[in-house]
Amino acid sequence: MTDKTIKTLASRRDVLASAGSLVGGGLIGGFGLLSTPVAQAQVQVQVQVQAQMQSQMRSQVQSQVQSTQADLNLAIRRIVGEATVKPGKVKLDVPPLSENGNSVSMSVSVDSPMTPADHVKAIHVLTDKNPQPYVIGVKIGPRAGRATISTRMRLSDTQNVIAIAEMSDGSFWSATETVIVTLGACLEDLS
Amino acid sequence: MASVLINVPAKAKRGEIITIKTLISHVMESGFRRSQLGVAIPRDIITSFVCNYNGEEIFQATLYPAIAANPFVAFDTIATESGTIAFTWRGDNGFSATDSANIIVV
Repeated sequence: MTDKTIKTLASRRDVLASAGSLVGGGLIGGFGLLSTPVAQAQVQVQVQVQAQMQSQMRSQVQSQVQSTQADLNLAIRRIVGEATVKPGKVKLDVPPLSENGNSVSMSVSVDSPMTPADHVKAIHVLTDKNPQPYVIGVKIGPRAGRATISTRMRLSDTQNVIAIAEMSDGSFWSATETVIVTLGACLEDLS
Repeated sequence: MASVLINVPAKAKRGEIITIKTLISHVMESGFRRSQLGVAIPRDIITSFVCNYNGEEIFQATLYPAIAANPFVAFDTIATESGTIAFTWRGDNGFSATDSANIIVV
C-alpha cells in the first residue's frame, strides 16, 4: 500500500474534499467521458476508499485470528538465532486428523544419546496458523535420560506443527507434520 | 487450589529412565476468544512449569495459549536416588500451584 492510499484511508472527508485537485494532478485521467469529471472523480475515489477500507478490515480480522508465515519465521529466528535448522533427528508424533482442535495430543522425541557431551538442551514446538506460533518450550538436559515430551495442544485450523530441538553442540534439528483439524479451537460456543 | 494429578512410579531401579506424567486443572483461557457480547476474554494461562528432583531442577517448560485446557505434560528422567520430586506451576493473575511425589530408588 502506498503512502497516498494510507493517507486517503486516514480521512475520507479530506479525500473527498481534495478529489478535485486529484483530477488536476491527472491521477484519474481516463475519465474524461462524463460531463463533470470532478463528480466522476469523487465517485471513483469513494469506491476506491470503500474497497480499501474493506480489504484492510478483512486483513485486520485475519491477522487477529491467524499468524502468518512471517510470524512463524520470526519465532523460529528468536529461538535459533542465526543457526540453520536441519530436518531430521526429531520425531514429532501427532494424529494425522483431529476432530477437535481444542485438545490434540502431541509427542516429540529426539534421537540423542543424552550424555553430558551430546544431549538435547531444548525442545520447541510451533504452529504456522494459530493466533500465535508458540506452543511449548522445554528445557531438558542429560539428566532426562531420554529426550521425550508429550502434551496436548490447541489447533485453530488445519496446519503444520513444527518441532525444533536444540542440541548441546549448538545445532538445531526439526520435524514438521500436518494435522487436519475438522473443528478448530477458538470457535466453540461460549455458554 | 487447582487439583493436580501426578503419575510417578513409586519404586524404580537406580539409573532407570522413568516417565513422569502431570495434569493440572486450569482453564488456560487463550485471550483470543470473545464472549457472546463480543468482549474479548482476557488471557489466563499457566506460563511455566518446573520439576525439581531432590532440589535439582530437571525439567522446565514454558507454556503458551496453544496448550489445551487442563495442561498435561509428560517427560522422562533418570531415577538417581530416593527422595522427593516437586512440581511447581505458575501463571497469569498470580496463579501458583505446587505438588510433590516420593520415589524409592533401589
